[in-house]
Amino acid sequence: MSAVTTRPGRPSAARSGRSTASRLRGLSATTAKYLSLVIAVLVTLLPLSVVLIASLKTSQEYGQTGPFDPPANWLNLDNFVTAFTSGEMLEGFLNTLVVLVVSLIGTIALGTMCAYALDRFAFRGKKLVFGLFLVATLIPSVTSQVATFQVVNGLGLYDTKAALILLFMGTDIIAIYLFIQFMQAIPVSLDEAAMIDGANRWTIYWRIILPLLKPAIATVVIIKGIAVYNEFYLPFLYLPSEGLISTSLFRFKGPFGAQWEVIAAGTILVIIPTIIAFVLLQRWIYKGLTSGAVK
Amino acid sequence: MTDTALDTAPADTRAAVTVPAGSGRRFRGDSRGTGARPVGGSARGRLRRQLTPWLFVAGAVGLLLVFTYWPAANLLYYSITDWDGLDLTKNVIGFDNYVEVFTNPRIFSVFGVSLYYFAASFVQMALALYFATILSFSTRFANFFKGVLFFPYLINGVAIGFVFLYLFQPGGTLDTALGWFGLSDPPHWLGDPDIVNTSLAATSVWRYTGLNFVLFLGAIQSIPHEIYEAAELDGANRWQQFWAIILPGIRRVVGLSFILAISGSLSVFEIPFIMTGGANGSSTFVIETISTAFNFRNVGLASAMAVVLLVIVLIVTWIQRKVFPDEKVDLT
Repeated sequence: MSAVTTRPGRPSAARSGRSTASRLRGLSATTAKYLSLVIAVLVTLLPLSVVLIASLKTSQEYGQTGPFDPPANWLNLDNFVTAFTSGEMLEGFLNTLVVLVVSLIGTIALGTMCAYALDRFAFRGKKLVFGLFLVATLIPSVTSQVATFQVVNGLGLYDTKAALILLFMGTDIIAIYLFIQFMQAIPVSLDEAAMIDGANRWTIYWRIILPLLKPAIATVVIIKGIAVYNEFYLPFLYLPSEGLISTSLFRFKGPFGAQWEVIAAGTILVIIPTIIAFVLLQRWIYKGLTSGAVK
Repeated sequence: MTDTALDTAPADTRAAVTVPAGSGRRFRGDSRGTGARPVGGSARGRLRRQLTPWLFVAGAVGLLLVFTYWPAANLLYYSITDWDGLDLTKNVIGFDNYVEVFTNPRIFSVFGVSLYYFAASFVQMALALYFATILSFSTRFANFFKGVLFFPYLINGVAIGFVFLYLFQPGGTLDTALGWFGLSDPPHWLGDPDIVNTSLAATSVWRYTGLNFVLFLGAIQSIPHEIYEAAELDGANRWQQFWAIILPGIRRVVGLSFILAISGSLSVFEIPFIMTGGANGSSTFVIETISTAFNFRNVGLASAMAVVLLVIVLIVTWIQRKVFPDEKVDLT
């Protein structure tokens, strides 16, 4: 990124040679550029900030004031308390945490093992395994839930967290692909040296490959973590009796139907962890997404 | 550009991108690993050696078979039955369900809704391309702008649904803001069947522009910047640079986004489901499929709908491979 942003300006000879007209044109182009950026920022942040404003108003205040009027008390957190307690958001956060952690561990374990076998072994059926993972990405998962539901139900996992964990763990090609790419950078001579020292395949995987895959694991944790935290449909369908963070929030539609100040507070509560994660991990998130998608 | 499509977007994208030639070739070298082993050994040793890779892939492949391929196969089977999802017997009724998909106006009309999202994805790509281009060149606060533009993509879908439900309320935020510009008597953004899909598609643009933006930005920045300098020395202005360098340079990503836009706009689900529940003519193909299966208990018909969607997505992907032959899948 910095390579482009810090690129030097035009040669000064060219600049001093420019006419007033072209300098004026450059100036208006710059103005247009920043104007468009500011508008984009407003369009992005305005919908979010009015929700924040609404969440800080009392019910009476909400009814009497317009959406852009600031709240009387910027520190009125009653709605957040209401949302958190009667909206059962604590349960939602805890369930999400459990599902997130277990399915991430599972994804990483199964994904790295699979990638290890696909990169370091030559075996009959390798192409088939690759093909299976590739074709699977073409199946839009939302539609196939009609049939997946029957499988989950048949396994007796309906309405359990295990159903969600297994569905999230079904490692996708991105994770495996990222692991393979990183693994190709690990010299095979390391494996061979270990093998000469008498290490078996499992030891090599566990002691050499896995620790060296840390950057790839971090990327997968971020991409998959965001996906699981934001997933709505799977918990909605498979875990109706407990809430994950998405479904807990979705339930606000019922009991709080008209109490927008409480719904707004719940919405903000769900967004806050995302903001924190984004601010802390910004660079890795961009990198993960681009390396996961277009490299 | 849609919920479902973009959730899986990196996956689709990934599937269509070439492995860098070097790594691909290296990978194909089957001698890796096994080449280092001593040849021969006892029969049991050989069996164990053949089994080892399968032990490593077993978990991942097992989940894949149980939760992707087994359901997909069942989907094909259910689609030719009249199963309601509960009955112990499933009567095979041939292709009646498929005929129903294409003749029942309730089902077929939802394809029209996809057009809104498809059109919106062009707005989304244009915006993303514009901002990615200007933010690739020196701009003050570039990281702040990048962060803000990208952030909506990370927000929980239900939260976005609520944010925009609030925004679109009659007399709410949007109406108030329009009032400042003297626009009174605004339409019912989510209540009017003529407007509702535009409102929802706009929400989708808000949510997904950031992803396109980051992908385009990454691609633009992978263009060696000596090329810009050379172009500048030759007197090319920004506009010429965009057409001659940037656009050809990121052709692949743009092409992929285009393909994703098609399959994405057919499988829109989350935003309309959360915001309107499919009311006022905002129901999409996936919402219809889901409600046919789980509300109307017609798993057979829903399966046929899912298969139709699947086939369309496969065709689109196939066309993509034809149009962008560079991006052949080259994993093995």
